[in-house]
Amino acid sequence: MTATATAPVDLPRVAEPRPGKSRGDRGKPNWIATVILLLGALYCLLPVFWVLTASTKDGSELFSTFTFAPSSHLWDNIVELTAYRDGVFWRWMLNTALYAGVGALLSTYVSALSGYVLAKFTFPGKSTVFSVLLMGVLVPGVILAIPQYFLFAQFGLTNTYWSVLLPQIISPYGIYLARIYAAASVPTDVIEAARTEGAGEMRIFSTIATSMMLPGLVTIFLFQFVAIWNNFLLPYIMLGDDGLFPITVGLNGLLNQGATVPALYTLVITGALLSVLPLIAMFLLLQRFWRVDLAAGAVKA
Amino acid sequence: MTIPRSRTAAATPVPARRRSGGGASSFRSRVLTPYAMLAPGIVLFLAFMAAPIVYAVYLSFQKTQVTGLGLGSGARKQVFVGFENYVAALADPEFAASIGRVLLYGLVLVPAMLGLALLFALLLDARGTRAAGFSRVAIFLPYAVPAVISSLLWGFLYLPGVSPFYFVFDALGWDAPEILSSDLVLFGIANIALWGGVGFNMIVMYTSLKAVPTEIYEAAKLDGASEVDIALRIKVPIIAPSIVMTSLFSLIATLQVFAEPTTLRPLSNSLSTSWTPLMKVYRDAFTRDDIYSAAATSVVIALATLLLSFLFLRIVQKRAFGQED
Repeated sequence: MTATATAPVDLPRVAEPRPGKSRGDRGKPNWIATVILLLGALYCLLPVFWVLTASTKDGSELFSTFTFAPSSHLWDNIVELTAYRDGVFWRWMLNTALYAGVGALLSTYVSALSGYVLAKFTFPGKSTVFSVLLMGVLVPGVILAIPQYFLFAQFGLTNTYWSVLLPQIISPYGIYLARIYAAASVPTDVIEAARTEGAGEMRIFSTIATSMMLPGLVTIFLFQFVAIWNNFLLPYIMLGDDGLFPITVGLNGLLNQGATVPALYTLVITGALLSVLPLIAMFLLLQRFWRVDLAAGAVKA
Repeated sequence: MTIPRSRTAAATPVPARRRSGGGASSFRSRVLTPYAMLAPGIVLFLAFMAAPIVYAVYLSFQKTQVTGLGLGSGARKQVFVGFENYVAALADPEFAASIGRVLLYGLVLVPAMLGLALLFALLLDARGTRAAGFSRVAIFLPYAVPAVISSLLWGFLYLPGVSPFYFVFDALGWDAPEILSSDLVLFGIANIALWGGVGFNMIVMYTSLKAVPTEIYEAAKLDGASEVDIALRIKVPIIAPSIVMTSLFSLIATLQVFAEPTTLRPLSNSLSTSWTPLMKVYRDAFTRDDIYSAAATSVVIALATLLLSFLFLRIVQKRAFGQED
């Protein structure tokens, strides 16, 4: 990090929040706007309230008592869910954490490296590489999943952790964002200064560039984490062994069985509640990183 | 995309740090280094995006031919059939029906979702809005809920006997609409997608609203413009690129709807296994073992998506990379 200290640089400002819009300056209350937004919030929270109350009910109460009347069976339901097939639910949770955590970490690293190179180097073929990668943004992973299955089948890799982990490391959208962050937050002077001092390119990237891009990289990580956590089709296609399932595929299977065994419904509902809690918690903690301006290409974090 | 001035900017420092001064080292730093650093990205892209697409295209022109009774080795072989699978896929009434449903679904979902997202974003940005922080987080929260889980939650909320809506309708003595019936299930699924997507699009638009300098509004205010005038005549045009982008992303997501109807299937008997194009591809590939026609159908879907990509590329390249050197 000596390069940053010695180089006479002026970091580009990535759009500061608007000064006039600070908390003190709110004008007189606009009740119409406030009420409409609160209605929107109510609509968005409704299913969350529902799952909170429904997961406290036992099987018969679910279909007999008023929807939003809570009961007292939450703990029983959790115990029952944990006991179901030797705790396969928690296995699904761990699998999901593994797919999303490791996948998003690797994906962020690859995106950061590629985006940095595309923003800060000039080399023949650069625009072609970027255009081809960018087309990948709009080739949805969902359409790739079925051919990916057949390719993995050729190598006997279906129904393994790899089959879900590997295809989700490459994220054209992550590379696109990383290029924007690198262009906006890593000054060329700093890179030049480090080069003059004899630092290798990978060292410049991993010690200087990544720390400057860090807020943006958190955003990429979150995007990819949520994308993998939410992905249903890829694991649904790739996996047959329910010990490898992520939570989405596991709960979908449980709901399917519920059609014939209604007692499983309470387990499905309790499972739904438990599975969204970690993501919601992460979301609330890290929400300041969710500021994405898709079109203008500036990201404030 | 080649930006001429970037070439000169990067070329100047090179001589300064050239160690031996040979042409080989300059080739190394100019070409090999960036490509070596891009290698992980390029390799992963080729292996997990390009190769599957090429393979799908290859499969889409093939077919299993059975000779004789189809017994013994060599009785089944893969042969080239040209566009036969495409003709069959496009002529399949189930495919046409699934496309029709998805178009109607997109027509219902995209304007409603983006309209609401824009309204919420403008209201969040308006002067005097109270509890804006709470509303913003609450509306964005569903983005953290996977589509399978949100379909599951709404599925139960649509289910007579569990649903609060039926409770209300019962209490009022009205006949409740059956959301899971074949007439309405499309709207039910659109509602699930809207619930999950409105907050994300709102945040995208709100972020670009925050980047606009306030002085513009002050000037309009002095000219006597009302808050609504400012919103419609100044804010909406300024964030138009964001609206275009979110529309494109939403349209593309619409074409590939899969998780919501698949999750709702156990709760509703009005969702066929070919309800959306992607569900049909899945069924053809895994239930009917007809990977060739599944491949042809997914190529058709991918091409339709690609048409939208070109639109996207044009917009992005014009707008996004002005700040690089």
